[in-house]
Amino acid sequence: MTREEIFKKYGKSKDNLLYIMHDVQDNNPRHYLSEEDLKEVANWLGLSYSYVHGVATFYSMYSLKPRGKYIIRVCESPTCHLMGSSDIILELVKHLGVGIGETTKDELFTLELTSCIGVCGVAPAMMINNEAYGNLTPERIAQIIEEKRREAR
Amino acid sequence: MTIPRMHVLFPFDPDTLLSGVKEFEAALLKELKKRNLENEVKVLETGSIGVTGKGILMVVYPEGVYYSNLKISDIPRIVEEHFIKGRPVKEFFLGEVPARFVKREKLGLVREQRRVVLENAGIIDPENIEEYIATGGYEALEKVLTSMKPEEVIDEVKKSGLRGRGGAGFPTGLKWELTRKAEGDEKYIICNADEGEPGTFKDRLILEGDPHKLLEGMIIGGYAIGASKGYIYVRGEYELSINRMQKAIDDAYKYNILGKNILGTDFSFDLEIKKGAGAYVCGEETALIESLEGKRGQPRNKPPYPVTHGLWMKPTAVNNVETIANVPPIVMRGAEWFRKLGTEKCPGTKVFTILGHVVYPGLIEVEMGTTLRDIIFNYGGGIKDGKKFKGALVGGAAGVFVPQKLLDVKMDFDSLKEYKAVLGSGAILVLNEDTCMVDMLFSIIRFFKHESCGQCSPCRIGTYELYTLINKVRSGEAKEEDLEMMIGLSEVMNDSSFCPLGQSLIMPVKSAIENFREEFVAHFDKNYRCEKCRR
Repeated sequence: MTREEIFKKYGKSKDNLLYIMHDVQDNNPRHYLSEEDLKEVANWLGLSYSYVHGVATFYSMYSLKPRGKYIIRVCESPTCHLMGSSDIILELVKHLGVGIGETTKDELFTLELTSCIGVCGVAPAMMINNEAYGNLTPERIAQIIEEKRREAR
Repeated sequence: MTIPRMHVLFPFDPDTLLSGVKEFEAALLKELKKRNLENEVKVLETGSIGVTGKGILMVVYPEGVYYSNLKISDIPRIVEEHFIKGRPVKEFFLGEVPARFVKREKLGLVREQRRVVLENAGIIDPENIEEYIATGGYEALEKVLTSMKPEEVIDEVKKSGLRGRGGAGFPTGLKWELTRKAEGDEKYIICNADEGEPGTFKDRLILEGDPHKLLEGMIIGGYAIGASKGYIYVRGEYELSINRMQKAIDDAYKYNILGKNILGTDFSFDLEIKKGAGAYVCGEETALIESLEGKRGQPRNKPPYPVTHGLWMKPTAVNNVETIANVPPIVMRGAEWFRKLGTEKCPGTKVFTILGHVVYPGLIEVEMGTTLRDIIFNYGGGIKDGKKFKGALVGGAAGVFVPQKLLDVKMDFDSLKEYKAVLGSGAILVLNEDTCMVDMLFSIIRFFKHESCGQCSPCRIGTYELYTLINKVRSGEAKEEDLEMMIGLSEVMNDSSFCPLGQSLIMPVKSAIENFREEFVAHFDKNYRCEKCRR
């Protein structure tokens, strides 16, 4: 879907701002909202750029920076923290060679943190795009990342 | 028509999906076809049964056998032994079967749950409206629309004593009455499914396991308050919930359960899903309304309350998922039936999530007033790996650390209040003896610091200062006065913050420091070693 098609789908109603931004971001191959995206959304809805920017930066699901093919979101809420998410995050940082909020050079992975993703029974947990991974151990991290690397080839 | 002699149920939830239940199901169907059993064995997909971390699960009726940790290579054996020869394969049985997911079946277990809102979850196919109807679904709606006035519905809910399950425990009937009586040409009912409280996934189970029950409750609520439009605000992260709910709404329109002149009556009602975008504070009802209007999710000044000035400043009732799911059973079975469950002031059941260092992490629905000890040791199976119990964080991140001596507290709104604790979202995070309380409190403060919306200074600055202080404790640079400072600061935040986010930090901070003070004090010593605090 092009940006224009998304706009038409939702119409010019201001309360649709969040959903338009969701769709625009999902359609962007780099999974983010570019400055141009925000400007176009603002134009379409008759809102100021600063307003749209303000909303986009308020919610954690929107990114204003280009992201990788796979967005890894590690849960760091108290349940996962208790069950060892800090070790998982350290392992990911080590294995991917990037910090939190950064993307690998090959543009494959972006490492992010998230609050509770609601699969606390299998803590520590993370999501890669829309897929949840639970019962994580540092050893499994290496496997999962390698699997994704193969998948991308 | 052939009537199948066996039913195979696959609970679909994020846990089983990531274990590959879809591939397993496809392989089983292939095997059944190969052996000409496809008409004899019916395979169904259901919602979660509340069991987590046990790989692919499969429930087989009529025996009511629970299989777990299945692999595709096990299929031929199960089909051969169980489906053909009638001998369930014990080897794959779900270990020591915890009582909590046994519902109607009797497996020689002593304990049973009391399921009301989750009565169908894991039993019916959530994507099939006819299965919901077959369990008596939408009968309550029919009863309401054909034989009850809106005021009578409100009266029944009031009489039932149902209180909001989102955490605050406000009487639902009263909320509806206030919305109904508020002046306004248009009114709205909103379902708060922005389940963001860490350690909570009860609403997800309803959304994914029995979406039509929620729909039915919403339509009844809309009728009662005089709304013709409703919204379900779901967390953006809950992809499966959104898809299931959307399917349910689409089907309901096809069956004339939503839309114009529902079931041939004069009542018309439309329902729409709205998707969040990741902000904990949007669980607060006025922030949720702001977000629905396409703005930053910052809480509004109260009063006026949403019952008079809600969405688009029109009268609006905002109810939690679990609350609304209680409505159809109340209407159908009556307020008196409902009052027999739970305690006098908190009738009904409550869904709890039991997590952390327990043998069976997962979810249960039991009567209000069940003791914490019962929940942790009987339903949760006690502490994992033979360790000792240290404490439990009850009510989510905005909850209270409960020490051993309070294990016999009854889990309902009022009993917990006596101990300055809260029921909150019903999340119970169990901590074993090895847990570092400083580290746990650190995790909570970090969460609040991240989620503070920044609108008011007590919360924005307070969370930051608390974060600095807890880090001082972690690194061994704190003194006694820093602990007093933390409690004092959270008290100020409680008095002066704009919304419950900043107001609630007092609970974890105070309960952690007061109940486990020695541990905080031990961290003052430079030579103290703590693996969790990484020193």
